Amino acid sequence: MPRTLTNLLRSLGGSARDLAPIVLVVVFFQLAVLQQPIPNLADLIIGLVLVLLGLTFFINGLEMGLFPIGESLANAFARKGSVLWLLAFAFALGFGTTIAEPALIAVAAEAAAIAADASLIGKDQDSVDNYAFGLRITVALSVGFAIVIGVLRIIKGWPIQYMIMGGYVIVVLITMIAPQEIIGIAYDSGGVTTSTITVPLVTALGVGLASAIKGRNPMIDGFGLIAFASLTPMIFVMIYGMLV
Amino acid sequence: MSLLLDFLDILLATMRDLIPIVAIIFGFQFLVIRKPIVNLSRTLFGFFYVLIGLALFLQGLERALFPLGRLMASQLTDPAFIDLHALLPGEFSWQNYYWVYLFAFAIGWSTTIAEPSLIAVAIKANEVSGGAIGVNGLRQSVALGVAIGISLGCYRIVAGDPIHYYIIAGYIVVIIQTRFAPKMIVPLAYDSGGVTTSTVTVPLVAALGLGLSETVPGRNPLLDGFGLIAFASLFPVISVMAYAQLAEFINNRRSAASA
Repeated sequence: MPRTLTNLLRSLGGSARDLAPIVLVVVFFQLAVLQQPIPNLADLIIGLVLVLLGLTFFINGLEMGLFPIGESLANAFARKGSVLWLLAFAFALGFGTTIAEPALIAVAAEAAAIAADASLIGKDQDSVDNYAFGLRITVALSVGFAIVIGVLRIIKGWPIQYMIMGGYVIVVLITMIAPQEIIGIAYDSGGVTTSTITVPLVTALGVGLASAIKGRNPMIDGFGLIAFASLTPMIFVMIYGMLV
Repeated sequence: MSLLLDFLDILLATMRDLIPIVAIIFGFQFLVIRKPIVNLSRTLFGFFYVLIGLALFLQGLERALFPLGRLMASQLTDPAFIDLHALLPGEFSWQNYYWVYLFAFAIGWSTTIAEPSLIAVAIKANEVSGGAIGVNGLRQSVALGVAIGISLGCYRIVAGDPIHYYIIAGYIVVIIQTRFAPKMIVPLAYDSGGVTTSTVTVPLVAALGLGLSETVPGRNPLLDGFGLIAFASLFPVISVMAYAQLAEFINNRRSAASA
């Protein structure tokens, strides 16, 4: 595929520009502020080359694979006209991509340690593991639920701001009664659920749906799925913290 | 050799990440939609590129930037370093941590610029808006939001304020802005909060939060180390809407002046 090869080479330059700020920041702080030499310069250079290649491949793969399939699925569902199947797909996508998310697994383990420390649960390994697993299921369910709600919003054309603000109000209210220890984790869990593969796919799905359904504007109705996916975990995790 | 073994390890982990997604997509495609995928080989190549790309990206970060970033976070929060550069030597004061805030700002901005999922969303937004939303304009305003969010989050850890006051105040600003910002930016702005915090930003920011809460007297890493991510997801919403409001304001003035 010679055409893709030239594409790859062209986007290498773009990736280099994207990565330059990190390198500058790290080098500046290391040399000027901490006034220390850079350890393992060879490792740093090898690593940077890998990051550069990786970002380039990823962006190209995005345009070749993830974006088109997200949109074609959205189109197919819109043409099929079965809302139920679409919602089932939305839930599966949200739940399936979140349950295996490594960042979430890490946060859940951390949260379980905190809960055990605060004597909210037993200190034995079993109850810690159970707590962490329950937390993962909770967050995955909440993301599945979020994508379902978000897709429903696109179909119905509901304005997003009232729903998000309503969600914020719920977050604020629950914060007041949730155990102190869970609040920081709950707030963070909103941010960690949406991985690098999920985001492009879900965005393509939303924009594709809003373009395929008559009377929807892809700009106003197509975005917003990620926003739901970062909001509902906060609510669900705090509720989980109160119940367990 | 270890480079290759590491790569295979990370490739396997990335594959585990990708498999549920591929299973769901192809499952629904074949069982529910029952139509062949258009351009199947190109799509498969795309998935392959995503897989290889993410694995290389993660390995590179693990090898080069994360160790250095973590080391720097712990050195900058080290009490010896803080004392050496203190504005008010010998006593504990939030102002003594100015290098930490600056580092938080710089690392928040620069990691967000490199965040792959933000690039994806910016490409889509540019396409959908017919070029009205620039890829770089969006990324820069998100990055600025993250930078401000993380440095404020660091200040909060040093000062020891409860996190929810900040988050709730931020929500109130978001609600007020939503009322006045151009309609078409609102959903995208909400999205940019969740998008910013993934592969590159989270590990470095978590290291910074942990380093701070371990070394600042009177802070508990279990309670105070968390929350920086929440700041990094809240402030881009504000900065993206502010960017759109500013663009609209300038446009209005210009058309008013020419009328």
